[in-house]
Amino acid sequence: MIPSNLCLPFLLALGLGMAGIANAAGPLKVVATFSILGDMVKNVGGDHIALTTLVGADGDAHVFQPSPADAKAVADANLVIMNGLGFEGWMERLLESAQYQGKVAVASAGVKAQKMPDDFAEEEGHASSQEQTHDGHGATDPHAWQSLGNGKRYVGNIVNALADADPTNAGDYQARGKTYLAALDQLDQTVKAAFDAIPKRNRKVITSHDAFGYFGAAYGVTFLAPVGISTEAEPSAGEVAKLIKQIRKHDIRAVFVENITDIRLVEQITRETKTWIGGTLYSDALSGADGPAPTYIDMFRHNVKLLTDAMGGR
Amino acid sequence: MSIGEWLFAPFIEFSFMRRALVGCLAMALGCAPIGVFLVLRRMSLMGDAMGHAILPGAAIGFLIAGLSLPAMTLGGLIAGLAVALGAGAVARATAQREDASFAAFYLTSLALGVTIVSTKGSNVDLLHVLFGTVLALDNAALLLLAAIASITLVALAAIYRALVVECFDPSFLKTLGGTGLFGDKGSFVHLLFLALAVLNLVGGFQALGTLMVVGIMMLPAVAARFWAREVWSMIAVAIVIAVLASMAGLLMSYHANLPTGPAIILMAGVLYGVSVLFGFHDSVFMRLIKLPHLNTHPSREGSRS
Repeated sequence: MIPSNLCLPFLLALGLGMAGIANAAGPLKVVATFSILGDMVKNVGGDHIALTTLVGADGDAHVFQPSPADAKAVADANLVIMNGLGFEGWMERLLESAQYQGKVAVASAGVKAQKMPDDFAEEEGHASSQEQTHDGHGATDPHAWQSLGNGKRYVGNIVNALADADPTNAGDYQARGKTYLAALDQLDQTVKAAFDAIPKRNRKVITSHDAFGYFGAAYGVTFLAPVGISTEAEPSAGEVAKLIKQIRKHDIRAVFVENITDIRLVEQITRETKTWIGGTLYSDALSGADGPAPTYIDMFRHNVKLLTDAMGGR
Repeated sequence: MSIGEWLFAPFIEFSFMRRALVGCLAMALGCAPIGVFLVLRRMSLMGDAMGHAILPGAAIGFLIAGLSLPAMTLGGLIAGLAVALGAGAVARATAQREDASFAAFYLTSLALGVTIVSTKGSNVDLLHVLFGTVLALDNAALLLLAAIASITLVALAAIYRALVVECFDPSFLKTLGGTGLFGDKGSFVHLLFLALAVLNLVGGFQALGTLMVVGIMMLPAVAARFWAREVWSMIAVAIVIAVLASMAGLLMSYHANLPTGPAIILMAGVLYGVSVLFGFHDSVFMRLIKLPHLNTHPSREGSRS
């Protein structure tokens, strides 16, 4: 177990010592908090910005520990763009430690926030008191980018933030944003059509982490998860048993493993229910450049293909 | 729901419950005896230290082979052995006590591990990936646990006599001949025992997670002292307590929706509390009812005068 709360102050103290003074010359220095957001910012900013992404590809933002280099990047930045909705719990401390004075843009501003999905209760209609007390229920779901409608809102916010911070290139940001939005819009239509082709009762899958609440709401897919909001939560035998019963009862077709959580529990459930593991859905982070989901758009295509293949396969 | 159903239906219906139970039984057989000897040696906190000490090994395993459980476990095992045997050797070769040298070794190891993880720049929490849970035991994990339990029991049987003597009178075996670190039988037995402890801890971490392993190892062992006097009977009691706690914890986790690992260890804690209060030897209850008798004991009278 790494004592994260112990080493953070040391790292930050180190980082502060090395942090220089931000200079205004050169490209706009932008810090994005995690890889998916970073990809959106890169699409809008292009060559006008120098982008630093704190939590890189395949990184888990839930357990992220800022390094001195991260603190330096934040201290030097002209603009910080974060997801918000409580996704980056460590961000406030990092901004404070780095003594960042500039503007912080929240990409999810204006998004209609959802609660973390209450899977078992919603779907089965047998909400018992035990399920309600489960960790994370009632908390805000931060994974808003998992719906392309929200993704478009993110892009709009990013365009505004960049244009505000760098008015000379504002026209360029708006033009690039427009092109990107059109691409997202088209993808949104394709995704909707793909799911519409599948009977509603087959649109049910299991993932190891319930990051797909917005995705499910946008495209009519039911996601069930054995573990609650955090990757740290330990499930109870009762919850796992209930999930297995549910898989058997509803004839769930596939189980998906997220790229960052322990897959052993998921494998256990698939063994028990004779479902199959459909592959890796990307939720909180992009893959590396040679992986299946190096960009936000690629991530969506990859996830949708896996899901529709699994649901329509039989 | 009948009592029989309450007790057995979960295990009949779900294979993950059966696997968890089998894993816990293997753990109880291997870890409980180790725990008894750790208590006798005043090394009860070794398990927690080991949870940190294996980090550099796991990190190096990760650097070499990526997110591969066998590589990370092997690395962790090597790091754990280095820390345990190093600390044991220093304690033998110098005047320093074992717990002190253990603290020094494991902290250094932890620092090395954090350094390696940070320089690599990966944000993946390696130990989170490495540590398993009771509900997710696959065949490989079960075989690993069973193998470790078997090795432990055979090895303990082979060194049992020397180990018991060594616990109570470390100087005795030294007088029997041989000098140097590995020359005398006592040190050899001690280091072999440490290696067994590390094997159980690291193997268990991978399959079940830290809390489960350290809890199943130590709590029954500590509780057993209130029920038994001889080492062998303490081991037997510890194993029984560990098995009872596992059964009860799994059922609680199933019926009351509690996280499984913590539920099992909580049940072990409850059994420990019962032992402290009502055990046959030196428990609160026995002391209360024996107090008047002790006051008039002839030897007490004699020592007072």
